[in-house]
Amino acid sequence: MIKITIDHKPIEVEKGTTVLKAAQQAGIHIPTLCYMHLEDLNIEHKPGGCRICVVEVKGRKNLAPACATECLDGMEINTHTIRVLNARKTVMELILSDHPTDCLVCAKSGNCDLQSMAHQLGIRKIHFEGEQSTYREDTSPSIIRDMDKCIMCRRCETMCNNFQTVGALSAVNRGFMAVVAPAFEQNLDHSVCTYCGQCVAVCPTGALTEVDHTNSVIRALADPTKTVIVQTAPAVRAALGEEFGLEAGTLVTGKLVSALRQLGFDYVFDTDWAADLTIMEEGTELLDRLARHLNGDKTVALPILTSCCPAWVKFFEHQFPDMIDIPSSARSPQQMFGAIAKTYFADKIKVDRKNLVVVSIMPCLAKKYECSREELGHDGNPDVDFSISTRELANLIKQSNIDFTALPDQDFDNPLGESTGAAVIFGTTGGVIEAAVRTAYELHTKKKLPKIDFHELRGLDGIRQATIDFDGLPINIGIAHGLGNARKLLEDIKAGKSKFHAIEIMACPGGCIGGGGQPLHHGNSKVIKARHEAIYKEDALKPIRKSHENPYITKIYEEFLGKPMSEKSHHLLHTIYFDRSKKNVIISDEHQAD
Amino acid sequence: MSSIKIQLKQSQIDKIAEICKQFNNDEGELINVLHKTQHTFGYLPAEVQEVIARELKIPVAKVYGVVTFYSFFSMLPKGKNPISICMGTACYVRGAEKVLDELKKELNIKVGETTPDGKFSLSCLRCVGACGLAPVLMIGEKTYGRVSPEGIKDILKEYENQ
Amino acid sequence: MMKYKMHVLVCGGTGCKSSDSDMIAHNLRTAIDQKGLTEEVQVVMSGCFGFCEKGPIVKILPDNTFYVHVTPSDTTEIVEEHLVKGRRVERLLYKDPQRDEIISDSKHMGFYKKQVRIALRNCGFIDPESINEAIARDAYQALGKVLKEMTPQQVAEEIKKSGLRGRGGAGFPTGLKWEIASKSPGPEKYVVCNADEGDPGAFMDRSILEGDPHSVLEAMAICGYCIGASNGLIYIRAEYPLAIERLKIAINQAREYGLLGKNIFGTDFSFDIELKYGAGAFVCGEETALIHSMEGQRGEPTFKPPFPAVAGYKMKPTNVNNVETYANIPVIIMNGAEWFASYGTEKSKGTKVFALAGKINNVGLIEVPMGTKLKDVIYDIGGGIKGNKKFKAVQIGGPSGGFLTEKHLETEIDYESLTAAGSMMGSGGMIVMDDSDCMVAMAKFYLDFTVEESCGKCSPCRIGNKRLNEILEKIAQGKGTIEDLELLRNLGNVIKDTSLCMLGGSSPNPVLSTLDHFYDEYLAHVKDHKCPAGQCKALMQYIILPENCVGCTACARNCPVNAITGERKKPHVIDQAICIKCGACVEKCKFNAVVVQ
Repeated sequence: MIKITIDHKPIEVEKGTTVLKAAQQAGIHIPTLCYMHLEDLNIEHKPGGCRICVVEVKGRKNLAPACATECLDGMEINTHTIRVLNARKTVMELILSDHPTDCLVCAKSGNCDLQSMAHQLGIRKIHFEGEQSTYREDTSPSIIRDMDKCIMCRRCETMCNNFQTVGALSAVNRGFMAVVAPAFEQNLDHSVCTYCGQCVAVCPTGALTEVDHTNSVIRALADPTKTVIVQTAPAVRAALGEEFGLEAGTLVTGKLVSALRQLGFDYVFDTDWAADLTIMEEGTELLDRLARHLNGDKTVALPILTSCCPAWVKFFEHQFPDMIDIPSSARSPQQMFGAIAKTYFADKIKVDRKNLVVVSIMPCLAKKYECSREELGHDGNPDVDFSISTRELANLIKQSNIDFTALPDQDFDNPLGESTGAAVIFGTTGGVIEAAVRTAYELHTKKKLPKIDFHELRGLDGIRQATIDFDGLPINIGIAHGLGNARKLLEDIKAGKSKFHAIEIMACPGGCIGGGGQPLHHGNSKVIKARHEAIYKEDALKPIRKSHENPYITKIYEEFLGKPMSEKSHHLLHTIYFDRSKKNVIISDEHQAD
Repeated sequence: MSSIKIQLKQSQIDKIAEICKQFNNDEGELINVLHKTQHTFGYLPAEVQEVIARELKIPVAKVYGVVTFYSFFSMLPKGKNPISICMGTACYVRGAEKVLDELKKELNIKVGETTPDGKFSLSCLRCVGACGLAPVLMIGEKTYGRVSPEGIKDILKEYENQ
Repeated sequence: MMKYKMHVLVCGGTGCKSSDSDMIAHNLRTAIDQKGLTEEVQVVMSGCFGFCEKGPIVKILPDNTFYVHVTPSDTTEIVEEHLVKGRRVERLLYKDPQRDEIISDSKHMGFYKKQVRIALRNCGFIDPESINEAIARDAYQALGKVLKEMTPQQVAEEIKKSGLRGRGGAGFPTGLKWEIASKSPGPEKYVVCNADEGDPGAFMDRSILEGDPHSVLEAMAICGYCIGASNGLIYIRAEYPLAIERLKIAINQAREYGLLGKNIFGTDFSFDIELKYGAGAFVCGEETALIHSMEGQRGEPTFKPPFPAVAGYKMKPTNVNNVETYANIPVIIMNGAEWFASYGTEKSKGTKVFALAGKINNVGLIEVPMGTKLKDVIYDIGGGIKGNKKFKAVQIGGPSGGFLTEKHLETEIDYESLTAAGSMMGSGGMIVMDDSDCMVAMAKFYLDFTVEESCGKCSPCRIGNKRLNEILEKIAQGKGTIEDLELLRNLGNVIKDTSLCMLGGSSPNPVLSTLDHFYDEYLAHVKDHKCPAGQCKALMQYIILPENCVGCTACARNCPVNAITGERKKPHVIDQAICIKCGACVEKCKFNAVVVQ
């Protein structure tokens, strides 16, 4: 332990503590902008670039960035001398002098770290005028990049490269024109971007935002010729409340259903129902591959990898094209839902698929891109028409004058609304594989599970593993969340070192609960942890907790699909993957003219 | 950074791969690889960077990030006779800016551009270390010292038939 | 070098090479051959003599005759007159501009008299492409000494005792740096030489590498022994082809002689050196940025600690020094720390190399003991201001240095005094300005540079310098206000106070020091909308003096925008609202009637 004083308060801290953390211990909140520490996910980003957190250290010539400076014994630190305040404000004014001041109409308004910092520092005038760095706006299927608003905190670069190892973004150019961009400053859709949206999730300004589909949804709802149905992903119910001031981890399933109904959706369904369906297909595929593998069929590749996450799918299509036969061919629950809605359900209510609009509420931005994949539709009519994020839904609810917290709890509609606990846990890391194990175990052993909860599969460590005893047959399970962690498991498979039979992969930290479309965590990873716990709470409360016991799932196989992996299932519920690694550089004309 | 679009021949792709291999396809050698590739191709178009990224197994965004960081690397082909004018302090205080203005006027291009006939390109550099000769400009490998705005026409004339 | 009676040294530095010194050497050899003197006279292409203003330079030994501004056509005369007949070629000798006398021996020239050459000891004396000549002047003896007689700790102690401080800018004690690196645990360590000299107007590192590459290689090996490293890396600007070439030759020769490579001098110490190329980024002079660049990354600095001595190249302990620092090492080992420390001031020992340039008679590379007065450098060594104009300021330390004025001429140059005066040692650029140089324009020139070279990682440097530059531009345009001057000062101080690395930490110096020393000049721009030095174009006015104008109409006919009117044979006038200040009228007027105000 070493002794220091901060703002005349003597405290003791452990060796290696930064000034920022030491100040927190002393109850002093030093403002930060570029710094980000997602403690529970082991992600720390401290480039020391924004210089907002500077403090005065006695005996030091210049000011020290609190985020990166380690405490030394006897250090005397002052966090709010006039020198510090002047420097901090001046630096803030500099940042604002190179930032558009269109806050009133910015997508991030009210939720912007830069805006709150300007407020906190009491900026009333920007003393500097001059050139602003401007860039071409980039719109992709999921993400809008308006780099005029970039403040070079480089959080997105860290998420994209260090955590996700996607490498779509890099700092480019230097000096005043330095900015974070894809290669050749082309649009994201020409890059290896997976649309995981983690860049958006950490962006402190309006530089990175989602493509907003709320207006399309409003128009569809207002169109009398359309029947509009909605599905909502498991992770949404564990996070939406945050947008309305509820504590992180508050489950709002019933209010969510009420709100959607009040918004005017004709049917309010649950993606969870499709998650149960996914388990039937994916679980069966797993058992099938396993059985053939155990019987010595060399053409069968193991491990089987989950395929629910569209960012993960795009990741392996770009980065591991020689392994596209390994992941399960099962579509994601969003797309299974869409395919069933536009066939089975459309028939049931006698509506032409062209007049049936399927909207999904997702914690995810990659889901927007997934909707646009050609193979996931029929004759140019997508199976899911619009995917909006948890944040967009919150916005829609606010626009529609709904007092969310006062809403009564309601239930989903049927037949696509009933789900099990197994489906709920799809929303967090380890959940898909636990759900699959619950079903596969019983299908394989023909015995009831002695216990439903597989605690060995849960947690927030980036890579986890467990061996589940399938009544004498040990099944090795691997779990990764974060594409960087996924990469490690894939490299092992490539090198022939993997001992797993099945691996679950989710692109986002914590799984879908930490998705790019969720309410912003503002660097507080406790939020993600709370959502994680809420998901398991919902599971525990469910009367049915295994997918194969969902009566509506049984029913659809009886009425429509036949059995898992049937021809009809293959057609509607499975998909194919593409090698996206050999894309050539395309430079648009307008870029050439630069 | 502005760039142009090109189509690489297989032999060129092989050449880049060979350069990468000389540096053991080590990503830490990226800058040396870029130097050598630019030396071979004259510049570093996007397609070339794609090949380098693939060979070194690093994201192409990273390669581009490095290329745009260093002023020595260019994504545009230089003119047949690249003119670099020293903008070091010694040359500046002895009138390099006026020489530059004259060059811009005479060639009708800006710094960083190439004349439409591809004959000359214009760039600035920081101190060639010939401060005794200030102001200094270089055309290709040849250095011209104590240059005056009036002398520019004569210097350019030397390259009339090249 | 002993078997020849005479040596003809031809400067092979970049400056002289640009003026055909290769051809001079070639012609000399041919002429000597024709006279049958090949056995008696050797022509050596040496490193830089430093006196670049007078290049190309040819020096004849043993009589030390110093020929200046030599051209390839002068060579026959030199051979026939001097080498054959023993008569000096008067017209090629140096003439002291102040005393108007001819000086033939370089030792007596003002430019050399007050210099003490330690780092540059071999530059201009040896053929840098010959290891034998270097060895004849004691190269690699110091390496032999440390390997056979000294422990690594003793080496660090000796360097510490010498008081040598980093010559790259910050002036960190070199011995202490080595000691920290030597104490960092680990089998894999690196010795790095920073040769990415990026200052506009500085070429000392280049001259050392071009003139005496072995001194640097030897010093790096000594450092390797001291800190326990077997790998050396020289990070060199790709724009220095000659230095690169000579380093490659030197490294190969040293390997051939067993002075680099395995088991040097038969000991179990092994050390080798490879080159890494910079690619044009000034910020890479900052050691963490340099290391990232060597690792194939963008050359962005990172926060220290960890210092490179603990976690540097490939996260291994790394010692980074610049060329000049290393060049001092072998002589310190050979002559002892006390000898080195006998030069200089209390806290700054030894000598410092400066690249003297600008409005000064003797442009060139000089080396003076620390503590030499500024005025001695400018007037005695530099030979005073060009064209007998008035000295206005000297800017020291590269683009981030500050301006010193007449009142600082008595300052004794060392790290502390320069910093105290608002400038810094930097890497040693020294640019002299006269009264035709506008201080606002000069500050802006440096800011242009830092704006272009800022890496963009931290906001004060990325945006702050840009804003400083914009405010300066506004002032140069005559649109500045008094408030702008205060804004400049506050912003400059905040950038210095908050930037991530020393590039931003010092970039406002040119602005702040000119504000301090030339506030009136700023005021003139802001209040009177005048540029006293007559350099800021927007504030200039071309006017016609009626008393000189004869009404010849030449100006009016040549004005591209028809701003000049007047009747024939009567004084003309320029309409300031139309005038674009192209200067065509001044050129055309034969009667000195058009003047700039």
